[in-house]
Amino acid sequence: MAEPKRADPAAAVDLTAAPEVAEKEVPPALIAQSLGEYVRAWSSRIRSGESGVLPVIAAMVAILVVFTIWSPNHVFLSPVNLVNLFQQSAVVMVLAMGEGFALVLGEIDLSVGFVGACGAAITVQLVQPVTTRWPWWAAIIAGLAFCAVFGAIQGTLITRLRLPSFIVTLGGYLIANGLFLIILNFGPFSGFPLLAGSDANLQAIYNIMAGNIDPTLSWILAAVVVVGLGGFMWWADHRRRTSGLVAPPPSLTYIKIGVIAAVAVVVVAICNTNRASIGVLAGVPFVIPIVLVVLAAWTILLERTRYGRYVYAIGGNPEAARRAGINLPIVRTVAFMLCSVTAGIAMLLYASLLGGMSNNVQGGQYVLYAVAAAVIGGTSLMGGRGKALHGILGGLVIGGINNGMNLQGLRFEYQYIVTGLVLLAAVTIDALSRRGSSSGSVTRV
Amino acid sequence: MTAAVAPTSATAEPLLRLEDVDKHFGPVQALYHVNLDIPSGQVTALVGDNGAGKTVLTKTVSGIYQPDAGQVFWEGHPVHVRNARDASRLGIETVYQDLALADNLDIVQNMFLGRERVRGILLDEDNMERAAAETLASLRVTTVRSIRQPVASLSGGQRQSVAVAKAVMWNSKLVIMDEPTAALGVVQTRQVLDLIKRLRDRGLAVMVISHNLNDVFEVADRIAVMYLGRLVVQQDATKFDRQSVVEYMTTGGSSRSGGRAKES
Repeated sequence: MAEPKRADPAAAVDLTAAPEVAEKEVPPALIAQSLGEYVRAWSSRIRSGESGVLPVIAAMVAILVVFTIWSPNHVFLSPVNLVNLFQQSAVVMVLAMGEGFALVLGEIDLSVGFVGACGAAITVQLVQPVTTRWPWWAAIIAGLAFCAVFGAIQGTLITRLRLPSFIVTLGGYLIANGLFLIILNFGPFSGFPLLAGSDANLQAIYNIMAGNIDPTLSWILAAVVVVGLGGFMWWADHRRRTSGLVAPPPSLTYIKIGVIAAVAVVVVAICNTNRASIGVLAGVPFVIPIVLVVLAAWTILLERTRYGRYVYAIGGNPEAARRAGINLPIVRTVAFMLCSVTAGIAMLLYASLLGGMSNNVQGGQYVLYAVAAAVIGGTSLMGGRGKALHGILGGLVIGGINNGMNLQGLRFEYQYIVTGLVLLAAVTIDALSRRGSSSGSVTRV
Repeated sequence: MTAAVAPTSATAEPLLRLEDVDKHFGPVQALYHVNLDIPSGQVTALVGDNGAGKTVLTKTVSGIYQPDAGQVFWEGHPVHVRNARDASRLGIETVYQDLALADNLDIVQNMFLGRERVRGILLDEDNMERAAAETLASLRVTTVRSIRQPVASLSGGQRQSVAVAKAVMWNSKLVIMDEPTAALGVVQTRQVLDLIKRLRDRGLAVMVISHNLNDVFEVADRIAVMYLGRLVVQQDATKFDRQSVVEYMTTGGSSRSGGRAKES
């Protein structure tokens, strides 16, 4: 492109952030050339309310410290409890990652709990050796397919008929609740199809939660993940730097890789400790790689593909997205579909944790936990902002509170109250940072 | 500042020509036999009172409305612009008053929204970032901080600049700007007007809709005035003065001898 005449240099438009938004809106990694600058920019951002994942990390540390000191014999920090905590939290984490699709669009999906439960119940029913005897993988596909269809129908009603997602998914919640009870009553199980038994297909689903990867293999897999992820991060930065684009300081990349490696070592070390009082129970439970795969898949989809970009654009400014030629109904419908499918995965984990399905599933409560987890993790209820990772972080906070209070012998009523208070704190942080960033923005259409 | 491209002579075919374009919404005649020429390398200002039909005319050109009668010529050939995508394909880009930027996306993401470059199924962010930086630099929109900052962190003039850069990225030949300086401060208005001149100097046709006659006289090479759905006059800006433009806008004619209107 030809350089235009430099007749009037003073008139050039300078894209420095507007004075009224100063530094807080600009991610520090974009402007810092050294680690010192990065830390300074980061701290100024936090002071102005744009705190990112810091509050949720702080909450996790607080939970860890408080419950470790408080719990009898400090069992909170014992490997057996930490692995339990992760297994219990996994359901909320995955459910929250699904809910994230709806939240980023600025919508909500209240049906995820029972839609997911329907999918899981279908899977558990289909693998029963005394009735249908489906192989475990086919049963899982059937369960998730049900969720996909249910989500697609809800999404179609919301986008084509322009009904509010709140109402459509509230209806979906009740319908799915009814369907769930009907599905449970099939077969000679009195409404309680179980995963108990020696049948290979029952075992396969049961072992999602109960099974472990061999300790040595756990180390090898962890090393592969860390080297792969770290190598990719380093390579991406390196490529940006060599092609003349601004990249974060190398030391920052090394610190990030170091943190990932440290987390991996700690997690594998905890899981590889013998957790059984009699015999040997060690290794990384299968549920951890499953959650990580969901996290990786949805992170790549949201942040690295056109589809994900459109989801964010619609959440930020639907009119801009429409004028850019984006097919809003399809993007939205697919988002609701993915939300329901992810819920199906989450509730399958639940069925595996429980060793079967029963009408005790608290589908409504799980929805609230999922929304709470996503928001606690940093996803905005107003749309346009959120990541799959937020579901993981928020799910750990909620799981940590419930687990810690259980150890303490506190009953559900107190768990509800504390979780509610944490949710309110998270929403407050979200609202405050929104207010801080509202200057200079156009009215949302 | 003088235009780099000499004003098109009367015989040369303008980039865009509307002939007897009509548009009505039920009983309301929004456009009545509109004839308009938009030549390349010039800024054409479209002025008129509220309800004169400026917006309908703009939306007709950019493909949002179809004319009920009349003919649209693009580079001398008759065309039917059925939607915004058709308009983009011809090289017509519109910068709306609300700019249509997503606050939560960064500058590069906004500029490429809906036309992302991909490698396989993954977005090619580095490629898009380089192209966006090139376009911004060519318009002398400098990036002191980063073009990876969210649009929420930009001032009104900067947003307008990003919206314009987004419009010219796609080899566009005609950029339509709806009230580009409304709601901007003095300095930012200055920046946007200079940007408009830079587009003209690159040989693009620019159509600016504005209420602000200061801006119109500052930037326009040609002025077209609409009155109650009719295009009452279009000619070189030098043949107007402020008084006559106001008169055309409010009465549809001029009592002064200075500018003999080319009646439509």
